[in-house]
Amino acid sequence: MVTAAQERLTAVPTIEEFEKGSSLWVDAWHRLKRNKLAMISLFLFLGIVLFCVAGPWFSSYDGQQQDLMKGAQGPSGEHWFGTDTLGRDLMVRTMEGGRISLLVGLVATVVALLIGVVYGATAGYLGGKVDAVMMRIVDTLYALPFTIFVILLMVAFGRSLWLIFVAIGAVEWLSMARIVRAGVIGLKKQEFVEAAVSLGYSHTRIILRHLIPNVLGPVIVIATLTVPAVMLLEAFLSFLGLGVQPPNASWGVLINEGQQNMEIFPWLLIFPAFFFALTLFALNFLGDGLRDALDPKSAKD
Amino acid sequence: MLKYIAARFGQGVLVLLAIYALTFMLVALTPGSPFSSERAIRPEILAQIEAFYGYDKPPLERFWTSLTNALQGEFGPSAVYANRSVTDIILEAFPVSLSLGAISLLVALVIGIPAGILAAVKRNTWLDYLPMSASMIGICLPTFVLGPILVLIFGIILQLLPVSGWSGPEFMVLPAATLGLFYAAYFARLTRGGMLEMLNQDFVRTARAKGVPERTIIWKHCLKGGLIPAITFLGPALAGIISGSFVVETIFQIPGLGQWFVKGALNRDDFLILGLTVLFAALIVIMNLLVDIVQVALNPRLKYDR
Repeated sequence: MVTAAQERLTAVPTIEEFEKGSSLWVDAWHRLKRNKLAMISLFLFLGIVLFCVAGPWFSSYDGQQQDLMKGAQGPSGEHWFGTDTLGRDLMVRTMEGGRISLLVGLVATVVALLIGVVYGATAGYLGGKVDAVMMRIVDTLYALPFTIFVILLMVAFGRSLWLIFVAIGAVEWLSMARIVRAGVIGLKKQEFVEAAVSLGYSHTRIILRHLIPNVLGPVIVIATLTVPAVMLLEAFLSFLGLGVQPPNASWGVLINEGQQNMEIFPWLLIFPAFFFALTLFALNFLGDGLRDALDPKSAKD
Repeated sequence: MLKYIAARFGQGVLVLLAIYALTFMLVALTPGSPFSSERAIRPEILAQIEAFYGYDKPPLERFWTSLTNALQGEFGPSAVYANRSVTDIILEAFPVSLSLGAISLLVALVIGIPAGILAAVKRNTWLDYLPMSASMIGICLPTFVLGPILVLIFGIILQLLPVSGWSGPEFMVLPAATLGLFYAAYFARLTRGGMLEMLNQDFVRTARAKGVPERTIIWKHCLKGGLIPAITFLGPALAGIISGSFVVETIFQIPGLGQWFVKGALNRDDFLILGLTVLFAALIVIMNLLVDIVQVALNPRLKYDR
């Protein structure tokens, strides 16, 4: 979702195009460009993604390759981030951990997005009793101790990466459903929906083709803010030993390993924790900036 | 009002029953059994053990027994720690977790809410930027990052505070800070947002035009409404502090419920998981109930929305 929007956003107009009038996306891009903090965050985030995705190709080390003779060495010219207790290069481990953390963030957000958008749009469009019951369910779920359920799900069904995607996605869709519903309720009284109804289009078509595209703005904002929330939950699970399993690593696993050895080998904690915090920081600021850019009416926070 | 509270209460009870059933189902669906171990156990002995814990009966009957027992405050024996009942474990560990949680929540509120009010009142000055930047950093430093960093700085480098155990007030400082500061950041942002919304209302402009002193406007007219977002967040904050306690109690070796829950989940201690989940859920449901009541008291219009 986010990348598709970014593609559209990166089309900077020439003067002629600008005079022709500008779409929501171009306007939003201009507003976003003026927000320094959000732009810094955007480049920071893209930099981190590039570092994690492409980094391992340029390294002469492999994240699984152990060298016990060189175990737990501090940062040096040979190993920029040092090595862990098994002599694995920490820089490559941080990059590969980042790949998994970012992947979980992205995929689980997409899962949450699919559930939330369809659920919210259906409730908002149908309205009445159906809406009341559907939103009552969301309210009730909001009051539940999610983290505990994700932990139980991980215990019950094994600890595969796929389950992490689904389990986290299954608990993070609630705010999306609410936002989409609110947007759809505002839209469905408008003439273009009335026109679609009078043309005899089916409910499904109206929801998918006419309503959902019009609530994309707030959905992108909430998706950007869901990614760090998801990454946080994944790292939390991995930290407790319930998430990503060794020898694979995510930032949560690395932070846990670092935490256990930090008295003697503090770099094992500092590097993964730094990248994790920086990513959350960038995504939160970018989300805030996107909210101001795409949805100027809604107040900050 | 009474009718509203009664309806909310009934709903809370239903939610708890649903959680109990769902947790029981999840635990029962989990492959393997809590009694399987690396050593081979003779089948007769295993059958004996299973009979002792009631695992020889069909799931529905087990569910009924466990539910009726739970309603009497008896969550069954721990399946992994022999001779200990779940209720014993809860009674022993709950006070520890309760004090940790209460102090953390206090830290969050005492730092977060004043910071948020200050930032809103002094909008766009350094008194706004400084706490808000700090809170943004706070939000990006989850417990499992902040905890080890605090240990590294105050425990290992400066040697000021103890870093593990639970035997005196000085042991509480780092865990409570780890758990509380993250939520202080949230409360600060929510309070700032709520206060700003209030300060932009027409009645504030009228009050200012009438010459009402700024102090009265902030404390008498705006505070009540401005705090609503922060109060709404109390329920999620409590849920977060409970799950945060899993991490904090592991990092700081605190003998509280969180550590038991993680141990129970990793060891498949069915009764322990079930008992603790219901306890946590009950705490969260009660907190949400209180929050709902306070909210309606602060803003009676809400009652008709629900």
